[in-house]
Amino acid sequence: MLLTRVMPCLLLRNWGLVKTIKFDSPKYVGDPINTVRIYNEKEVDELIFLDITATKNNKQPPFQIISEIASECFMPFTYGGGIKNIEDAKTIYNIGVEKIAVNSYALENPEFISELANTFGNQSVVVSIDAKKGFFGKYKVCTQGGTKASKFNPVEFAIMMEKMGAGEILLTSIDNDGVMEGYDIELIQSVSNAVNIPVIACGGAGCVEDFKDAVKNGGASAVAAGSMVVYQGKNRAVLINFPDRKELEKLLS
Amino acid sequence: MVIIIDYQMGNIGSIINMLKKIGYEAKISNNIDEINNADKLILPGVGSFDNGMKNLKEFDLIDILNKKVLEDKTPIIGICLGMQLITNRSEEGNLPGLGWIDAETVKFKFGEENEKLKIPHMGWNTVIPQNNSNLFNGLEEPRFYFVHSYHVVCKNNVDIIGKTNYGHNFNSVINKDNIYGAQFHPEKSHKYGMLLLKNFLGIN
Repeated sequence: MLLTRVMPCLLLRNWGLVKTIKFDSPKYVGDPINTVRIYNEKEVDELIFLDITATKNNKQPPFQIISEIASECFMPFTYGGGIKNIEDAKTIYNIGVEKIAVNSYALENPEFISELANTFGNQSVVVSIDAKKGFFGKYKVCTQGGTKASKFNPVEFAIMMEKMGAGEILLTSIDNDGVMEGYDIELIQSVSNAVNIPVIACGGAGCVEDFKDAVKNGGASAVAAGSMVVYQGKNRAVLINFPDRKELEKLLS
Repeated sequence: MVIIIDYQMGNIGSIINMLKKIGYEAKISNNIDEINNADKLILPGVGSFDNGMKNLKEFDLIDILNKKVLEDKTPIIGICLGMQLITNRSEEGNLPGLGWIDAETVKFKFGEENEKLKIPHMGWNTVIPQNNSNLFNGLEEPRFYFVHSYHVVCKNNVDIIGKTNYGHNFNSVINKDNIYGAQFHPEKSHKYGMLLLKNFLGIN
């Protein structure tokens, strides 16, 4: 039986991992290589690393860090942050990364998604959509780490990205990021219903029941978690962790 | 020496990374002499069937591979597209496959009851070993990471050593003599992939 994928979504800032709340106030939570080793032991399904400084500082993806992560990562690995050309994408795939996530640049240059998909296959291309609820409850796609609102709503943008050749959508609720009180089911449902490619729900997971909610009620194909897998307890003590596999299987099958 | 065949089809870095982890040095190569001297071969592959066959031809690899695999009986494992290339043909393309195992590659088709299942089949799924293959030695409840839209149908049941269910059962691992194929990505499947590759590399 195919199991619902549960994946830590981790944020890179230089050589460290950080965790944000509503895309703000990044707090250091550890070293990426050690973290990957722990997730190996826990047999995590898949890992996502997003560099939150690459686009903002207009720099290239951190190839050295990505390479060190890949050499320890024995599960599918998605990298996102600062990828704007085929050469950089090729370097990243050759290092041993399975999927590339594109966020800001997918809005700037949607054709780039087609180019990536045609060169490396749809299954290697993830479009990462950060959505924020505005006045009157309308969602907007934001870029540049959530700081810039675009004219697109997430549903129409996801449809467009599927047409361009995206293999998956990583859908993050900026409002729910780091809050740990559940996913934005309305947002997930609207996008899942509109596209045929898998939607990975992200932003808000606080407990395993939230995963179930995103899958059963939101229609997500997979779920991502940040705070929940790097923090423990009410005081948010840093502890790299992952829910028990048997429990997840029971809950999500 | 373990040689990973380089024919510009997909992600080789992660295979090297995992082999290093389990203590094997491997070389990525499309050099005919190096392939000729290999004691194990890995045929990776992500991409489309015809592109795969076309590239094998362009790199002039088909003759040397036929010799190594069919005459020298060097153990080889095809991964994902690499497994499909071992079959006679695929619904995905028009070019003939390598035809080392009497099998065909077909697209997933689902009836009404499974119409919601997505293609590609992507994620972790279990493999049920068949025909007591040594490839699964030490593997308990093996599960692996899959990404594929086509699967292999064998003419002879004895060539099937692993089955997986997605809408219906399909053949996820095949083997005939020194020739192995795995539809999933062992290099991305934690200890299950490590053990499976170790078992393959330990074949005499």
